[in-house]
Amino acid sequence: MNRQSTILTSLILIASFASSCLVLQRVSAVYPNSSLEDVLFISSPQFLKRASLGYSGLLADIYWMRVVQYFGSKHLRDSMQYKALAPLLDITTTLDPHLIVAYEWGSTFLQQPPPSGAGDNKAAVALVRKGIENNPTNWHLYMTLGFIQYQGMHDYLAASKTFEEGSRVPHAHPALKVMAAKMLTDAGSLDTARYMWQSVYDQSTDKDIRRNAQLHLACLLVDQEVPQLESIVQSFKAKFGRNPTSWRELISVGAVRGLPVDPTGQPYVLGGNGKVTVSDPKKLPFIHQGKPA
Amino acid sequence: MTRRVGAVAFNTFREAVRDRVLYNLILFALLLVACAPLISEISVGVQRVLLINLSLTAISIFGTVISIFVGISLVSKEIERKTLYPVLARPVGRGEFIVGKYFGLAGTLAVNTLAMTVGFYLVLFLIMRNVTAADTNVLIAVYFLLLQFLVVIGLALLFSSFSSPLLSALFTLALFVAGSFAQDLRGFAGSAHGVARWFSWSASYIVPNVDRLNVITRVAHDEKISAALVGYNTVYALLYSCVAVSGAMLIFSRRNLK
Repeated sequence: MNRQSTILTSLILIASFASSCLVLQRVSAVYPNSSLEDVLFISSPQFLKRASLGYSGLLADIYWMRVVQYFGSKHLRDSMQYKALAPLLDITTTLDPHLIVAYEWGSTFLQQPPPSGAGDNKAAVALVRKGIENNPTNWHLYMTLGFIQYQGMHDYLAASKTFEEGSRVPHAHPALKVMAAKMLTDAGSLDTARYMWQSVYDQSTDKDIRRNAQLHLACLLVDQEVPQLESIVQSFKAKFGRNPTSWRELISVGAVRGLPVDPTGQPYVLGGNGKVTVSDPKKLPFIHQGKPA
Repeated sequence: MTRRVGAVAFNTFREAVRDRVLYNLILFALLLVACAPLISEISVGVQRVLLINLSLTAISIFGTVISIFVGISLVSKEIERKTLYPVLARPVGRGEFIVGKYFGLAGTLAVNTLAMTVGFYLVLFLIMRNVTAADTNVLIAVYFLLLQFLVVIGLALLFSSFSSPLLSALFTLALFVAGSFAQDLRGFAGSAHGVARWFSWSASYIVPNVDRLNVITRVAHDEKISAALVGYNTVYALLYSCVAVSGAMLIFSRRNLK
């Protein structure tokens, strides 16, 4: 091949490749947008385990990646349904019953109410119970299960029992005993919630779990601050016969010291009706107070 | 006899390491190991587990592929190129030739596995920034993989001693896959009756029990592997290889090479 032919062939190659990329974009645009992500081509975990020819660990990791990608993509679209999440997690944990992260994170994905998660407490409990069955000496799983019963199901008695069982596991964190007691005495309070999430934050070495606990703690702070601020607004109304128009007005009368900001650093929004809300609720997905109407 | 076997083994090793396909496979396996950190980026909380699973699976699959495809060509290539005749014209027995070939390829696989293991530890060190005592547990899984390769090489040699390369590859691969289901066969034998029971039970001992040599997932979770398992697996793999190589020697010594 002479020089001219080489250059010509190379140009054809580059042009063809670039064109194929462009055409592929068109193909993707006109391709029917089916809900394939909700389809499990092989739904039997036992079959997959056998078909893996002993490499079930790697297959479990691949399925775990699929779980994360599936959850992430749905979460970004504020999806209200996560149909394939529980079966995918079942496959992952059958392929590798010791993949603790799949139980811990998987149950969080399942438990959190939509759109933050699937809102399926039953499936979350079943997943963690399976984890405990396969890893009976892992006290973190008892803590996870107790948390679901406490936060998702408000079944404080069951949560107390789970924390108590977990505290009997060798080398279990002493906080589990305290949690078991708090479930029986003061389960519904903000203080208990703060103690629980602070414990998760302190005990976990996983940066993602710590970040999640931090977010919950921030949301609890909002739940505490919003009623306090609204009470200040009410006092102002009682004194001046009208709602304040801005925070500056409240600052000028000495009701608040400065511009009140939420844990994300954004100022709280003071509504004309005296309601206090956060400016970006998406950044604080677990708040119960201060949600814009 | 040892000298003659050693000479055949050395030449087999030398020939195998000159094979470009071998280097391509090792390079591909190392690339896969190097890709593990990128893959773990799209997951949550399984960086180290994924790295170990992916790397050891790559070592296992590529090592098995090398064992099968180099193993089946050991005898057939010599016959095809007619290089076998001058070797057998010397005072080298057919049995010695087979044993030498086996050790030659086993040595090649040992060096390859060592190279891939070094690659794995390098990546592990780069990602985790340290190598702990728990990470040395992985070496047991690598050792078991090496035992697995010894079994596969033996089978490849056995089939290539009487069959064509294509059929030998198919037979070896089929036995390897069947070996992954050895425990299921045993379980089936437990619930079956009559001929089916006897057949499943026999089959579970005939196929290589490679599933028991796979502890990749267990070491990925820092599970301790007992010394008894290491000992029994070593003895089992050596005995099974011995059966396969002996069979190859018996068949090859009776084979008409004209």
